[in-house]
Amino acid sequence: MKRSAIRPAIPERSEDPRAEISMTVNGQPVKRTVSVRMLLSDFLRHELGLTGTHVGCEHGVCGCCTVHIDGKAGRSCLTLAVQANGCTIRTIEDVAAEDGALHPVQQAFKECHALQCGFCTPGMVMNVLSRFEEPEPLDLSDSGIRDLLSGNLCRCTGYINIIAAVRRAAELLGRG
Amino acid sequence: MKPPLFRYEAPRTLRDAVAVLASDPDAMVLAGGQSLVPAMNFRVAVPSVLVDIQHVEGLKGVAVEGNKIVIKAMTRHRELELDVEVRRLNPLVAETMQHVAHVPIRNRGTVVGSLCHADPSAEMPLLFVLLDGTITAAGSDGTREIAAADFFQSFLTTSRRQDEIVIEARLPVLPDGAGFAFDEVTRRHGDYALVGLGCVLSLDDTKHVQDVRLAACGISDRPVRLKPAEAALMGKLIDSNELAAAARASLDTVTQADDVNTSASYRRRVLSGLIQRLVPIAAARARPGYRQ
Repeated sequence: MKRSAIRPAIPERSEDPRAEISMTVNGQPVKRTVSVRMLLSDFLRHELGLTGTHVGCEHGVCGCCTVHIDGKAGRSCLTLAVQANGCTIRTIEDVAAEDGALHPVQQAFKECHALQCGFCTPGMVMNVLSRFEEPEPLDLSDSGIRDLLSGNLCRCTGYINIIAAVRRAAELLGRG
Repeated sequence: MKPPLFRYEAPRTLRDAVAVLASDPDAMVLAGGQSLVPAMNFRVAVPSVLVDIQHVEGLKGVAVEGNKIVIKAMTRHRELELDVEVRRLNPLVAETMQHVAHVPIRNRGTVVGSLCHADPSAEMPLLFVLLDGTITAAGSDGTREIAAADFFQSFLTTSRRQDEIVIEARLPVLPDGAGFAFDEVTRRHGDYALVGLGCVLSLDDTKHVQDVRLAACGISDRPVRLKPAEAALMGKLIDSNELAAAARASLDTVTQADDVNTSASYRRRVLSGLIQRLVPIAAARARPGYRQ
């Protein structure tokens, strides 16, 4: 491989092949032309400025980037933005009410001290919320909640308070 | 970690999708992307062209045709897992799928994609080998059906040809009265299995084993039927001696060398333990002489 030479100027835009995509994000239609290799997580953060979706591992292990894709939780780092063309996306920014009133899941995380640094919290909330929105019955035993949370890593809390928060959210949502 | 450069195609017809694959030896099929996109983010997979098949007509849904469950190419794991009819006709499917990654990944990942990725530690390829499932591939020369036992060739390698797209996969419903069980040992829940084991068995009216199938993942370069262990159990009344004999008979089927995850000897111990634990569970669920 040849050594790279110093370039006179870095191009403002990459030379990647690009595609026009449109989707509904948090109820609002958006249309952008993006590199075909742009991940949905980067699209949300860098193109739309929705930085509530966090990026941890970028290979599907940590769960921080979880958003709703057509109503179901999915990893935005394992989805290309072009794959989400035509989809409906919901991010953490859409969960609280417009006046800032917390959603019961967020309220439960707050009440139960289910976050410390907060980095994993958007992914946790989007994952938990999606399960509460499914008609499938939920197993709210300790092991059932641990299974529900098993795709989201938290390095601060030790999970105990997050488990309590899921149970509290179930109460607040009348799913207990 | 970002994927390397590629060209992106989103054809609407199978014929167009096959044409792109046929024209470029480094083109790859993109379905849910839950194995391929991380592999690209790690730059382990470097396709020249990605053929996104999500918009191709006729590749969605789950159907039951006679005694077969038909899983189309774009059917997500979670869709199959929650299908009420599939749960009734083959409860082993949902039991196995509890171990496939996590719900947000099962919401996006496809069953057929998992088969084509062919990780030797993955659960769905094991299920297809265990139950003699079939894989239907469509290519430039037409459509062919491949037995699961012939489909999985080696580590991440299948008998799918470059210009073929797997359009559906078929699993049989469980025979009347058959007992079943699946479990695995992993480092963390949702990871690929160190060793996974599936079991289906039928007992006769005197509780002797009439038919038994065992298959494991994580022990070789592909999922494997444990025929020596099956032979050891045939016609037997299940007790701890027979279980131990079946477990011993399975040990030579472990050909995976020591690797970063664990040692071959530990895999043998896990396989032996799973056989002795799961066969009785399957037997307890079997209903001798039961007919629907």
